[in-house]
Amino acid sequence: MTTDVVILRHNRVELALHRLRTGAGRTLLLLHGLGEAAPAAVPDRFAAWPGPIAALDFTGHGRSTVPAGGGYTAEMLMGDADVALGHLGEVTVHGRGLGAYVALLLAGARPTAVLGAILDDGPGLAGGGPTPASAVLVRVPADTPRPPDPFALAELARDVRPPDYATGFVRQVTHLGELDPCISVCARSRPEWLAAVAEEVGVVVEPLDAALTRYAAA
Amino acid sequence: MVLRTLPGVSAIADTVAHPGARRPDRSRRVDSSGVAIAVHEWGDETAPPLLLAHGGFDFAGTFDVFAPRLADGGWRVVSWDQRGHGDSDHAALYGWDADVRDAVAVIESTTASALPVMGHSKGGGLMLQLAEVVPWRLTHLVNLDGLPSRRRAPDVADHERSRLLAGELAGWLDHRRAAHAAARRPGTLDELAERRGRMNPRLTVEWLRYLVTIGARHDPDGWRWKIDPSLRFGGFGPVRPDWSLARLPGIAVPFLGVLGTVDEPMGWGTRRGDVEPHLPPGARLIEMADTGHFVHVERPIEIADLVLEFLL
Repeated sequence: MTTDVVILRHNRVELALHRLRTGAGRTLLLLHGLGEAAPAAVPDRFAAWPGPIAALDFTGHGRSTVPAGGGYTAEMLMGDADVALGHLGEVTVHGRGLGAYVALLLAGARPTAVLGAILDDGPGLAGGGPTPASAVLVRVPADTPRPPDPFALAELARDVRPPDYATGFVRQVTHLGELDPCISVCARSRPEWLAAVAEEVGVVVEPLDAALTRYAAA
Repeated sequence: MVLRTLPGVSAIADTVAHPGARRPDRSRRVDSSGVAIAVHEWGDETAPPLLLAHGGFDFAGTFDVFAPRLADGGWRVVSWDQRGHGDSDHAALYGWDADVRDAVAVIESTTASALPVMGHSKGGGLMLQLAEVVPWRLTHLVNLDGLPSRRRAPDVADHERSRLLAGELAGWLDHRRAAHAAARRPGTLDELAERRGRMNPRLTVEWLRYLVTIGARHDPDGWRWKIDPSLRFGGFGPVRPDWSLARLPGIAVPFLGVLGTVDEPMGWGTRRGDVEPHLPPGARLIEMADTGHFVHVERPIEIADLVLEFLL
């Protein structure tokens, strides 16, 4: 199935936003896990979402630009997702793995434009843990196949995620957003940042179907 | 007047003379995973190399007084414009690991042996990480007011904190959305010097005017700082200043730390008591009285002599 791809610009990077389903209503924005890319079609598990569905390729992934020299942070990917948000308008966001962490950051940073963030299992969920591990020098041979960008795989797998930093974004949503609850944890894994998030006021632990139903009605 | 051009590096713009300042003797470019890094050197090419890392929003030319003193002391001083700064490429992405990777590319282009490394401010933090990732590459480590410490944030209520952070986050994201079209604001040489003076309040107007002619380019509509307009001062993120200090006890090479004692916008306000518990065995830590964050600019002769004596 061929989907409609919109190319958006985030500074020097061209981002591919895949319009998996068009129509009226609030868009469900899908954010993939580390090393993944946007799905080619609406995955069955999201079929019940009543509105449009779009999926973003993060920088260095899928059909988005693979830039030279690395330098990845989850915050920069939040910037990617925010560019998509600027294009789509109000969204509910679902993130897998790394995308779940980025979905949380985006919901906290744009608490009135993101109506519901659904955090799910996937590659890159844990990141680099709550404090820095031993530093390493990442080297990538120039002829390494891309995408995904090997620098993204290495740097975002080590991206430090302190639990109190993550919960700070939850509080942005609960203090400044309009929904309660506003974040759904569907993931079964519990890296430290997500364990802390799941305990916060305004966060509910529930299956994906329930989360989709909740935010579709919001 | 265009004085000269250096091969591989953009044209040197009109230059204002400054007492003691000397432009690099050589400049070249180094490829770091596809990002071109501008490297600048002072001193005899056959002298032993000494690596010098600048701070955030600075560039190698900010060492134009300090580096020649070290070169005259018998060293080949090698510095570079960090990605997005000075004459190096503006990158798509910026990060601490990438900066360290660029530093290693500069070292590898300079020597196959271990060498002394020195960094100011952010450059000092980078060199601390460098010491952890390539310890076999270092003989000495000098840190110039680049030791971030834990500082208590003002005590504000949770909701107030949310509002402050919300402004910061939205401001940063708005900036990112528009970054592809961003350009540094042009101005006269004096206007750019005045703008920089707000962040560097202790530095003389004469020095700031000199820096404009190195760190800015002269376009038809005025001077513009060369630094990537997508970079933004301040911000947010998960990194805690004290994580940098946690690297200190493990430093195996001789360590010299220099702290300014007068707080200013670009400094961390770190004091001896913040650092001492983390110092590696045999380390030297010196507090400079009546000196701000730019210790090597305010006291180039004193700091250079201190470093030269440390490296003996």
